[in-house]
Amino acid sequence: MTEEVFDSKSYMNMELLRFTTAGSVDDGKSTLIGRLLYDSKSIFEDQYENIRATSERRGENYVNLALLTDGLRAEREQGITIDVAYRYFSTPKRKFIIADTPGHIQYTRNMVTGASTANLAIILIDARNGVVEQTRRHSLIASLLGIKHLAVCINKMDLVDYSKEVYDAIVKDYKEFASRLQVKDIQFIPISALNGDNVVTRSANMPWFEGVTLLYLLETVYIAGDLNHIDARFPVQYVIRPYNDEFHDYRGYAGRLSSGVLRPGDKVSILPSGFTTTIRGIEFNGAQLIEAYAPMSVTILLEDDIDISRGDMIVRENNQPHISQDIELMVCWMGDKPLQLNGKYAIKHTTKDARCVVKEVKYKLDISTLHRITEDPVISMNDIGRITVRTTTPLLYDAYTKNRETGAFIMIDEGTNVTVGACIILD
Amino acid sequence: MSFTLNHLKTLESEAIYVIREAAAQFQNPAILFSGGKDSIAVTYLARKAFYPAPIPFPLVHVDTGHNFQETLDYRDRLVAKLGVKLIVASVQDTIDQARVTEEKGYNASRIRLQTTTLLDAIEKYKFDCCLGGARRDEEKARAKERFFSHRDEFGQWDPKNQRPELWNLFNGRKHVGENFRVFPISNWTELDVWQYMGMEKIDLPTLYFSHRREVFDRDGVLLAASPYIPMKPNETATEQTVRFRTIGDITSTGATLSSAATVDEIIQEVASTRITERGGRADDKRSESSMEDRKKEGYF
Repeated sequence: MTEEVFDSKSYMNMELLRFTTAGSVDDGKSTLIGRLLYDSKSIFEDQYENIRATSERRGENYVNLALLTDGLRAEREQGITIDVAYRYFSTPKRKFIIADTPGHIQYTRNMVTGASTANLAIILIDARNGVVEQTRRHSLIASLLGIKHLAVCINKMDLVDYSKEVYDAIVKDYKEFASRLQVKDIQFIPISALNGDNVVTRSANMPWFEGVTLLYLLETVYIAGDLNHIDARFPVQYVIRPYNDEFHDYRGYAGRLSSGVLRPGDKVSILPSGFTTTIRGIEFNGAQLIEAYAPMSVTILLEDDIDISRGDMIVRENNQPHISQDIELMVCWMGDKPLQLNGKYAIKHTTKDARCVVKEVKYKLDISTLHRITEDPVISMNDIGRITVRTTTPLLYDAYTKNRETGAFIMIDEGTNVTVGACIILD
Repeated sequence: MSFTLNHLKTLESEAIYVIREAAAQFQNPAILFSGGKDSIAVTYLARKAFYPAPIPFPLVHVDTGHNFQETLDYRDRLVAKLGVKLIVASVQDTIDQARVTEEKGYNASRIRLQTTTLLDAIEKYKFDCCLGGARRDEEKARAKERFFSHRDEFGQWDPKNQRPELWNLFNGRKHVGENFRVFPISNWTELDVWQYMGMEKIDLPTLYFSHRREVFDRDGVLLAASPYIPMKPNETATEQTVRFRTIGDITSTGATLSSAATVDEIIQEVASTRITERGGRADDKRSESSMEDRKKEGYF
């Protein structure tokens, strides 16, 4: 934010980038976010004054930028981050939503939460420790959750004398591990979050580094191609029936496109019934649209009166999702109790509610080595495993790698109502 | 190939998705309406979400009795314009029923008392979901909120034990007596809200725009001179050109010196300002975790 006249028009047309940050305890994650906010002038005077006073009271000899993100009392007391915190900042180029997720093993479920909607993940590595189990775990989660871009930040370079050798060795280590991940776009940046090296401004301490700063990467990474604009999928969320004289026969199907593009006149199929019809109109707040694409929320009107309800899906006649009750998937387990073989769980998939039974546990992943543990695999909290489920009604789905919305669902414990599993559907 | 949505349209689409999800997953939702711009935004978004059908839930105003008259006038106009049902839950009634005791002293406020009134209203009308205009950028405890925020049978928030919220899948399952708070504009910033108001040409309470008003300074917060706030002997009110960045109960809503008289001028001001929006909220200044404490008790 500057003193110049703020360009309202260009702000209106900014792109939104969602990113998540991951690292182990004390990797300096909160400090990095504080640094990004501070150096991009997104911290307000009263916030800064607040954390300055707190730092001073605690006898810390610098203003602890990590205090900006630690919102809960227990977090400030223990100096750790417990829950996902969302932060917002913008530069003249983009607007950013940060999901700041805790690094502790017991809170990995929050990392999964943050990663599920992110375009990019920042993986933080402490230059003194190199690649550790948490690094591998977080990278694997980012990869599994379909994040297309990784920014691997080797932090605390100031504590290793800004050594190129240390940096190179860590990059080599990481690349060896990352060759087994699905992420294609991985950038490495040596930084010091505490001092600001290569976060927003280029570091004078590391002239040997020829890459870009972290903020520059965040501002320029190409994300417009990340969304699937090929497979039109419209899960019906809510049926709008005004029941008044003016809109007597109005029957609109409200929802948000998961992917693809739809236009009036398109021949569509209604799943699971399989009826075909034509789109009569696409509306938003009473205005007629010539097209709708993901992630727009719209209301669709159809030529024919067909019985359609929440959980059904409108798709193009010639491009349909899979329909099956037997689903192969990777699950990130978040429940206190381990996943039960033959256990029954409630599920939420797009706008559909159903139940499932766990038919088979194929293996559990060893996070460090990516080896598959097939002997009596028990999937407990923070474990990732491959399982097969059978659902009570057929799911309309795509592989997660093709579609992050129709390819994902959550499992819910029917006794406690708590979300216990994040499910990623395989091909 | 330009299938891109700008960030404001993306946020609008997300908010509408969340509102429709609340309507689909709950039996009896309500919108918590304070008269502030955030709850106004949620109300307009709800209008869009169900158009041409009316908003399928009532507005609930938790009325501390310490209001700016402008807020009440605006509320009544909006309710008439949108054809929604209004339910007023009065803190004064809660006090009269001896369910809560009024705070004493110069900084006495009814902010905390609102919680009891709200929880009573939830019970009386059997609301299982209250939609609110809280934003994560407002305050540090709110930065940890979910879109679908679970409350136990005492209306309490348990920040350390929140349900994971994955993708856009919102888990609104609950036991009898529990309820949810749903925050459709979680991801909006103050600037986003103003940009949206400008883009949509939404009419707003006049308090948000620059005007002359008698105010006095207390602990760095400019408060409106009003019969609801007793002034200390050393405090004097002077007429200043001010506007309010947030609108709530009169006893805790701070004014800022401002000449911004239009939405565009406010956008300019917000974009260049160096103080957070809630910096003027006396209710947040009570302690470092006053919002967290209030939320745990069942506050918005």
